[in-house]
Amino acid sequence: MAAASSSSLHATAAALHGVGAAASSKPRAAAPGARSVRVAAAARRSGSVRARGGMVARAAVAVTCLVFCIPFFFCGRLLHEVLLFEALREALIEEMKADPTVYVFGEDVGHYGGSYKVTKGLAEMFGDLRVLDTPIAENSFTGMGVGAAMKGLRPIIEGMNMGFLLLAYNQISNNCGMLHYTSGGQFKIPVVIRGPGGVGRQLGAEHSQRLESYFQSIPGLQMVACSTPYNAKGLMKAAIRSENPVVLFEHVLLYNLKEKIPDEEYICCLEDVEMVRPGEHVTILTYSRMRYHVMQAAKTQVNKGYDPEVIDIRSLKPFDLHTIGNSIKKTNRVLIVEECMRTGGIGASLRAAIIDNFWDYLDAPIMCLSSQDVPTPYAAPLEDATVVQPAQIVAAVEQICQ
Amino acid sequence: MAAAALLRRVPAARAPATALMAARAISGSTAPLTIETSVPFTSHIVDPPSRDVTTTPAEILTFFHDMSVMRRMEIAADSLYKAKLIRGFCHLYDGQEAVAVGMEAAITRSDSIITAYRDHCTYLARGGDLVSAFAELMGRQAGCSRGKGGSMHFYKKDANFYGGHGIVGAQVPLGCGLAFAQKYRKEESATFALYGDGAANQGQLFEALNISALWKLPAILVCENNHYGMGTAEWRAAKSPAYYKRGDYVPGLKVDGMDVLAVKQACKFAKEHAIANGPIVLEMDTYRYHGHSMSDPGSTYRTRDEISGVRQERDPIERVRKLILAHDLATPAELKDMEKEIRKEVDDAIAKAKESPIPDTSELFTNVYVKGFGVESFGADRKELRATLP
Repeated sequence: MAAASSSSLHATAAALHGVGAAASSKPRAAAPGARSVRVAAAARRSGSVRARGGMVARAAVAVTCLVFCIPFFFCGRLLHEVLLFEALREALIEEMKADPTVYVFGEDVGHYGGSYKVTKGLAEMFGDLRVLDTPIAENSFTGMGVGAAMKGLRPIIEGMNMGFLLLAYNQISNNCGMLHYTSGGQFKIPVVIRGPGGVGRQLGAEHSQRLESYFQSIPGLQMVACSTPYNAKGLMKAAIRSENPVVLFEHVLLYNLKEKIPDEEYICCLEDVEMVRPGEHVTILTYSRMRYHVMQAAKTQVNKGYDPEVIDIRSLKPFDLHTIGNSIKKTNRVLIVEECMRTGGIGASLRAAIIDNFWDYLDAPIMCLSSQDVPTPYAAPLEDATVVQPAQIVAAVEQICQ
Repeated sequence: MAAAALLRRVPAARAPATALMAARAISGSTAPLTIETSVPFTSHIVDPPSRDVTTTPAEILTFFHDMSVMRRMEIAADSLYKAKLIRGFCHLYDGQEAVAVGMEAAITRSDSIITAYRDHCTYLARGGDLVSAFAELMGRQAGCSRGKGGSMHFYKKDANFYGGHGIVGAQVPLGCGLAFAQKYRKEESATFALYGDGAANQGQLFEALNISALWKLPAILVCENNHYGMGTAEWRAAKSPAYYKRGDYVPGLKVDGMDVLAVKQACKFAKEHAIANGPIVLEMDTYRYHGHSMSDPGSTYRTRDEISGVRQERDPIERVRKLILAHDLATPAELKDMEKEIRKEVDDAIAKAKESPIPDTSELFTNVYVKGFGVESFGADRKELRATLP
């Protein structure tokens, strides 16, 4: 199953010497054949990619992917190279083939192939009843997904941009999150709500929202954020199989990340963190795109003699306090780096949870670097100032390690 | 066929009443009887069904019985609320019983029903029992949602009753989702999504109707028009109060919601239409005697004369009583006896529900997440052992 799906999807033959090979800036190519591993802007909405983030992200991805690829090389497992959106698509195809009750719907997911190509080709494979193009009616089609889930189907609801799902907030909060509880356990709502969010490349305020914090208080919901092709596929599969409603946050700028993933079927745990870089001096907790900024900053920090432990928390609700706690017990210092807003963000909750549980192990106050509490501006320098940049992370680590 | 439907519908809890009915001279006959509805149906872009409804004496008596149980339950709930045994919001359905009973008579348990917060009687019609209804209202363990839902969250999954929803209008997209699942699975059944005249102005209804019409889903949108959205009369809330026409490209039927036979005929028609052609809108012209909820006296926005006028002229139970007496299916004394027994049945159910304990504090955390959700992981609260994937 996995072999059949991978052969048609991944890039032309790439050398097995690792993903960080590309050294020069190239214009972004949207086609899957691109060799570049930059954090490129997503296909549909943005214009040309600026070189600024290119080198940075490449190095970060290289470091990340090596951490995963090395064990695979040693085990001699079969791998194939995919872009992140292809990894998500593989997950969808595998799960839809395995379980006939799984179906996908959203705006332009079918005939158009998905605005970020995650569902490209699915309509041809599975037909119009399992890959449905909806009208632009987020509130009602999310409600319809919940209703179908009550009756035993397993819908995957795509928000073209997570920000649009604000229109469906009532359905997600009141029906999705609550029905299992208020019915005394009679109904399960095994929906997956997914879509791209986060700050992109000058997409404007309304298309650059981070909804993790808006959803995090909803009881009954699980939230995960993917950051690499490997965990994207694994988390998508786990989310589909989960009996709980899961919101899977993807990031607009991460869809063209390239990585080698196993041919063999695998699933990632929904509630676990991912240890990106073990270290001794400070625990850096991050997720989604900020992981790459952290890893880029980590390079600089290592050169300066610091040894950060980088953890991609992945599970935004619930937090994997077990592993996070073990890390804090080792390093005694915490830095949270997130793209969420400062007020009421994931970092704020994580901070509170760490203080509640691991106060005795902290040698310094927890630092939290978040996006500014502003609507994301259009102008490029202002947009860059909205999110956390690697230089700020380096400075924060220096400060916290004093 | 009517007899079979009848037998299928009578749940165990009501068996004693039926047995009692059979023991008397009350007609349990299943010979067909054709009765005309009170008014003809008005329709929108579809040919209306006939005014002549086929029924049987046994069915008519069941209508009387079921509606009387519902009426008694709602009045008892009123007293319990005033005695502070029921708290919070309590929306009573008395006056509208014909809609619940007539709908149930036209369909099977494989069809789905979803409604808003005025759901006590619909729960009963779908086979719910009085004890679990009262226990849920009083927040006890024996309640249908284990005391965790309350008045607005009655559900009965095995009877395809999907609740029980507090947010106005949000249940209609859910209902269209249920219809989608029925179509996906190729079940020959339909979904009835009920809402009120207040909810009829919600945008998500039109969104859901659009999608249902596009995908030809077996969804029947039923507007229970009791003419008041809490305190706002329909003419003050809707530019076009002809709710059966507001589907525009979707056919609609206006039904006298106080006539249980008309409701039965319309629902039967709607089910056949929906399975064959896609969505249809039904408008049930009905009335609620109580206010919007127990916090609303119900008399600040309508006159007492109006309420008593409807009660005298259009009450659904009285209509059926007249029908029974006119066709000599039972004597007035027998009907009175039936009502007395129903009253006792309801009182017994309340007593039994009161005995049920309040949920344990540990119940606070149950059913937030589904356990054992098939991932190699701990449970969401990190208390479960690692399980492997299926």
